[in-house]
Amino acid sequence: MADNQSENFTINFGPQHPATHGVLRLVLEMSGEVVDRADPHIGLLHRGTEKLIEHKTYMQAVPYFDRLDYTSPMSEEHAFALAVERLLGIEAPPRAQYIRVMYAEITRVLNHILNLTSYAMDVGAMTPILWGFEVRENGLELYERVSGARMHANYFRPGGVAADLPAGLTESISAWCDEVSTFIVDMERMLTGNRIFRQRTVDIGKISAEDAMDWGFTGPCLRASGVPWDLRKAQPYDCYADLDFDVPVGKNGDCFDRYLVRVEEMRQSVRLVRQCLQKLPTGPVKVDDRKIAPPPRAEMKRSMEALIHHFKLFSEGFHVPAGETYTAVEAPKGEFAVFLISDGSNRPYRCHIRSPGFAHLQATNVLASGHMLADLTAIIGSLDIVFGEIDR
Amino acid sequence: MTDPFAIDRRNAHQEVADHIDALLGEHLDGVGLEGDELVIRAKPAGIVSLLTFLRDDGACLFKVLLDICGVDWPGRSPRFDVVYNLLSLRHNLRARVRVAVDEEGTVPSVVEVFSAAGWFERETYDMFGVRFDGHPDLRRILTDYGFDGYPLRKDFPLTGFVEVRYDDSQKRVVYEPVKLTQEYRTFENLSPWAGPELPRVLPGDEKASGDKG
Repeated sequence: MADNQSENFTINFGPQHPATHGVLRLVLEMSGEVVDRADPHIGLLHRGTEKLIEHKTYMQAVPYFDRLDYTSPMSEEHAFALAVERLLGIEAPPRAQYIRVMYAEITRVLNHILNLTSYAMDVGAMTPILWGFEVRENGLELYERVSGARMHANYFRPGGVAADLPAGLTESISAWCDEVSTFIVDMERMLTGNRIFRQRTVDIGKISAEDAMDWGFTGPCLRASGVPWDLRKAQPYDCYADLDFDVPVGKNGDCFDRYLVRVEEMRQSVRLVRQCLQKLPTGPVKVDDRKIAPPPRAEMKRSMEALIHHFKLFSEGFHVPAGETYTAVEAPKGEFAVFLISDGSNRPYRCHIRSPGFAHLQATNVLASGHMLADLTAIIGSLDIVFGEIDR
Repeated sequence: MTDPFAIDRRNAHQEVADHIDALLGEHLDGVGLEGDELVIRAKPAGIVSLLTFLRDDGACLFKVLLDICGVDWPGRSPRFDVVYNLLSLRHNLRARVRVAVDEEGTVPSVVEVFSAAGWFERETYDMFGVRFDGHPDLRRILTDYGFDGYPLRKDFPLTGFVEVRYDDSQKRVVYEPVKLTQEYRTFENLSPWAGPELPRVLPGDEKASGDKG
């Protein structure tokens, strides 16, 4: 074989590779160093969440949502809480709505910090992730102070939130917003104009608006292709309709635009958090129906009825009228939705989870073919995939 | 406070439902609103033409296929529902198409209409065993290589049938039947204590209505 033509061969990428952001196994058909075809093998983290939820009461199902996309737990809980509320025909009280939106936006910042900085690491920049993790850790402390857990919060419940904000938390959130704003400026100074970062991302993994819709893209990946679509604007839930924010839209649909869209989304999220702090109404944080939300601890000590309610809620749970709903939220990664079917009992009959990453990862083949192997990590990083939600 | 446009969207859904009903009504099993959500019931054979219509018709333009999932109704014939969730960015609408199919039946694949359907159909096949006719690559997707059974069917046990472990003597991962040290406990705690919509009749309450026999 004296010819200098490159041979076609197949390589196995992952599942134990840091640039796969979890457990992705890619079978790549290469011609030389160019990717011909990428076939993602997923399911290595499949835990059967949907099946487990069918065997749990509605309240017991909430923690499973934290464990789907473990980088943005509260956004997933939000979708489930809203879906159950829609079937129950109730609405969370205003204070609960503001707290939920505030924490959903904190979650968005936390998710984007992790994604953008680890994405920068995939293409060779080490510093952003080190700086970003400090800010992210401080953000997770806000989680801990409100719910008791750094990550698996179990905080958004059908009918409101688990508990009110503890004293002094709003000041800490406000201080954290300043910290994030400074970090965004620092990160942009390191990355946005950086020659190497641009060489690795501009015009890599381009997708047109038509193709993005065809492949079921949502969230930042769709907006980077120039489609101004955001559920918080188009179909506002909770108190988003009362808040003022902009939706950043990209132009080229490449990896760099997806980065830029997320950076601007972080700024808008900080703006939303500040507005929520400013407008935060007083009042209850759960619906005033003891058949859905547990009574306060103090009342349980005095009232027999409250004690019974508490016992029944945490053993039997509440019953949800028969019906079905597809309820979606704008999670940091895209449209995260819950398709919930209730048969009138205390357990969901079927709970299908629509995760944005599943659709995004599917398009890897289209995005990556024709690119070099090294660009594949940039593409995977820019799609923001997390296997907890893809494998479910 | 939640969504100021909810009423508008409900009306828009109703309009689109009427539009679809007028044009395709005789080919469908029903078009209408359930709650605020637009639901179209179709026959498996007509799913490709229906989704093509929904994608391209000027009043619909459901250009994004968000999701395909299955639902198992063991007591019903046909046993499965396949549910397609669609989104129209132009008109800000959602639609849900459902087709019913039995265990032996197949549903035509819609990969030609929406590229995104590829993995969604694979997942539905993997979880429920519903076969999609004309799918280019209908492999299992989420379960293990060589997995047997369809985990989301109602008759599939929660604990599954096999478990895996690394065997140090054989130096490989081995599959064994599931052994539970404690039987899976499912507590039956249903009682007449009812939710918000159900009648709240507790045992003994009938005596209070004066009918003392």
